[in-house]
Amino acid sequence: MAAGTAIEAIATATAEEFAGLEMEAAAQEFSSVVQAHRPQIFRFLLASTRDVDLAETLTQECFLKAHRNWDRFRGDSSAMTWLMRIAINLQKDHWRNRRVQFWRHTRTNSVDMDEASEWLPSGERSAEQQMLAREQVKQVWKAVEGLSARQRTVFLLRFVEDLELSEIAQATGLSEGTVKAHLSRALGKVRGELRGKR
Amino acid sequence: MKLRRGLPDDGSQHDAELEQALLEQALQNFRLSVHAWSEDEYSRSHTAKVIHLTSWRVAAGWALGCVLAAGSLTGGLYERHHRQEVARIAAAAEAARQQKLAAEQRAHEENEDLLAKVDSDVSREVPIAMEPLAQLMAEDEAQ
Repeated sequence: MAAGTAIEAIATATAEEFAGLEMEAAAQEFSSVVQAHRPQIFRFLLASTRDVDLAETLTQECFLKAHRNWDRFRGDSSAMTWLMRIAINLQKDHWRNRRVQFWRHTRTNSVDMDEASEWLPSGERSAEQQMLAREQVKQVWKAVEGLSARQRTVFLLRFVEDLELSEIAQATGLSEGTVKAHLSRALGKVRGELRGKR
Repeated sequence: MKLRRGLPDDGSQHDAELEQALLEQALQNFRLSVHAWSEDEYSRSHTAKVIHLTSWRVAAGWALGCVLAAGSLTGGLYERHHRQEVARIAAAAEAARQQKLAAEQRAHEENEDLLAKVDSDVSREVPIAMEPLAQLMAEDEAQ
């Protein structure tokens, strides 16, 4: 009887130790995921909203939500795709709430296209090339602004985040065919914008 | 004919290739631009947070220091005032006690004088007929 109790106590202690170790490992794993993907999530949200504060807020919310649901992440998709899906949903919720409460938020902090187009890496380019590149970036921003929310998301995931079609499909919850169709329409609009300026 | 038909085809194909190259270049520039902007904002927001946190800590430290200094000063002044007040009350009490003692002493002395005077007066008022007897008693007492 006493031996049975002792074994039960050891089993309980071992289970607790394992649980503690598992929790610690999960925390470490999540921490490394945050470090690896936070800049990318922020970038996607920044490109989607053109609002630095909003992008920062949504990024924080994204990782908070991910942390709460980390134990439910089964690894069917990559952590990046899973996080991107959370970010897309948060962004959708934000715009939905904003539309409902439009009278509360008349002012937007979004950066305009001209300002967003000013950003270019300082490479080995001539002033003329820089100007041309800036003009092209502005045209793409203009085309992106005219896209539907879904087309914009797909476009940014493909051409800013370099995700594969299958990854975009996982992140957005769309089929690959639908992703292709959205991407084709988005590219058509970008092409049209560039053609118009030629 | 073939050549003539081929020329416009070649021309449109060339245009399409040019357009495709332009699109790819524009997309590449767009990508680089967003990456550069994001990297800058990301590092800036993190730096700003650190600075904000540091400045907040400094401000909190100063505020706490000021509160402690003001508290110490006020406490010291209050303690000094309190001690002075206690000393003043103690001195007043001591003075009152001394005055009371002096008054009691004075009253006691006055009583003694009065009693001595009464005794003297009473002794002087012995009738003349009793004088020899009083002298005898005085002599007896002296012996």
